[in-house]
Amino acid sequence: MTSEFVYHSHFWLEEPEPDNPFAACHCYCHGYDVYGQVITRAGWFEYLLLLFQGQRPSPEQCRLLETLAKVLANPGPRDASVRAAMNAGVSGTTPSSALIAALAAGSGQYGGGQEVTVWLQWWQALGADLPAWQARIANPEVEEIPDIWLPMEHCPGFDPNGDSTPTPVCQALDALATQAPAQGAVTWLSNEYQALEQATGYPLAMVGVASAALADLGLEPDQATMLYLILRLPGAAVHALEQKRLGWKLFPYYGPAIQLLNDPNTPDPAREGVSP
Amino acid sequence: MSHQRLLATESTWPTHRGKAYLSERVIMHGRDLHHELGDWHWHRLWLYSILGRDPGEQVAAMLNFFWVATSYPDPSIWPNHVTALAASARATASTSLVAGIAVSEASIYGRRPEVKALDFFYRAGRWCDEGKELEAFVDAEKASGRILYGYGRPLAKTDERIAHTMDKAQELGLAHGRFVRMAFDVHRHLENRFGYSMNVAAVNAALSADMGLSCQEYQLFASLAFTAGMVPCYLDARDQAEGCFLPVRCDSVVYHGPDKREWGAE
Repeated sequence: MTSEFVYHSHFWLEEPEPDNPFAACHCYCHGYDVYGQVITRAGWFEYLLLLFQGQRPSPEQCRLLETLAKVLANPGPRDASVRAAMNAGVSGTTPSSALIAALAAGSGQYGGGQEVTVWLQWWQALGADLPAWQARIANPEVEEIPDIWLPMEHCPGFDPNGDSTPTPVCQALDALATQAPAQGAVTWLSNEYQALEQATGYPLAMVGVASAALADLGLEPDQATMLYLILRLPGAAVHALEQKRLGWKLFPYYGPAIQLLNDPNTPDPAREGVSP
Repeated sequence: MSHQRLLATESTWPTHRGKAYLSERVIMHGRDLHHELGDWHWHRLWLYSILGRDPGEQVAAMLNFFWVATSYPDPSIWPNHVTALAASARATASTSLVAGIAVSEASIYGRRPEVKALDFFYRAGRWCDEGKELEAFVDAEKASGRILYGYGRPLAKTDERIAHTMDKAQELGLAHGRFVRMAFDVHRHLENRFGYSMNVAAVNAALSADMGLSCQEYQLFASLAFTAGMVPCYLDARDQAEGCFLPVRCDSVVYHGPDKREWGAE
């Protein structure tokens, strides 16, 4: 007898074991038998795209996603999301808290998941129309209604703290361009990023390259953002584990950097730099 | 722009907000945490941390009531449900609560409606300051396709929190501010025209507007508002057998997708 409380799914079907209605005997993803066929016949990226999009992807799409996964796998220890995870790791918290920290610090509008959302919204609105992008960059639409998100402070996909296009960004763009569709976002970005950099006054960022690749995979903004968040976690995990192993004595303590400008008392310089 | 601004904060973080001189003293917004703020209730300190000023006893008591009145220890409420699921799966206590807090920043309840409801009243106030009719503003918002946050409620027709909140506002002398009156005027108009109900998000936002909170101050303030309701849900799921919080049988996921198909060579 089925419970009165039901969920609905348009892509996932589970059939119960004969002896236990709460144990699945067969699981189907968009009609494909996951444990009977998909795990032995499909590649990881093929399955990922099937999950997100409901259709078996082409080999070209799988190669594009695999390359993107490599591009994003480790944003490096200076990235906010990874640093957040390292803070978790060094303090000996749970593995999940390290990834929660990475997701939170990597969720935002500067290099994070929300920047992907905004980039794809721009792409959906403007497409491969360079003059339209230049016009939007010159006169960005400011959302008049406050939201849980703060207003964007820079052009999505570009780094306001940069000077020239970083080498890894160029290398990632080149690598993805060899696998991306000829009429797609990556190819367009590869051709036009310098003109866009002139319009913004600052260089292309990895999040812009990734966003273009996610657009070329046919993903909607929310889908692209979720995948971006997922694909950046391996580096956060490994850096967190490394800092746990190295220990807190080798981890920076920023106490001396914090300069209180309205200290009601004169601080005791001898106390500065004392570790917790 | 360039990396020049990174150089400026690479090794120094100038601030007026606060600092812990470890082993010595702690300053928050210019006041000594232990000597000047140590006798405060934590909720008042929470407000001080957001506002950088003491909002006064009346305002603090009203905002405290927002939290008390929305602390529903019921795991059918979605953020609480998430906490209970985490507890049932034996996540740690903090992780369980963090999950519930994170999903409180939702679009159909919680932070987004609260922020947008507050902004609605501020914009309505500016509209009326120009001598125009409130009803015309509401109609224009509706006609533009915007959701009128604070009016209507997903799973219930009435909101029991409104009467309690207004009783408390009356007790604290906050029940007759401009925006509170506006909230009820808007409700009357929407009820007459569209049969809309009002929920506590409108009342809370209007009271917050009368207090002069900015949208982000309000968002920050409310971010922990459901937490006290989550804890009993955590405890309840923790005390039951693991994995047994409202389990879902296979047949309770109703499938609407494609027919079964073979994964053959392509």
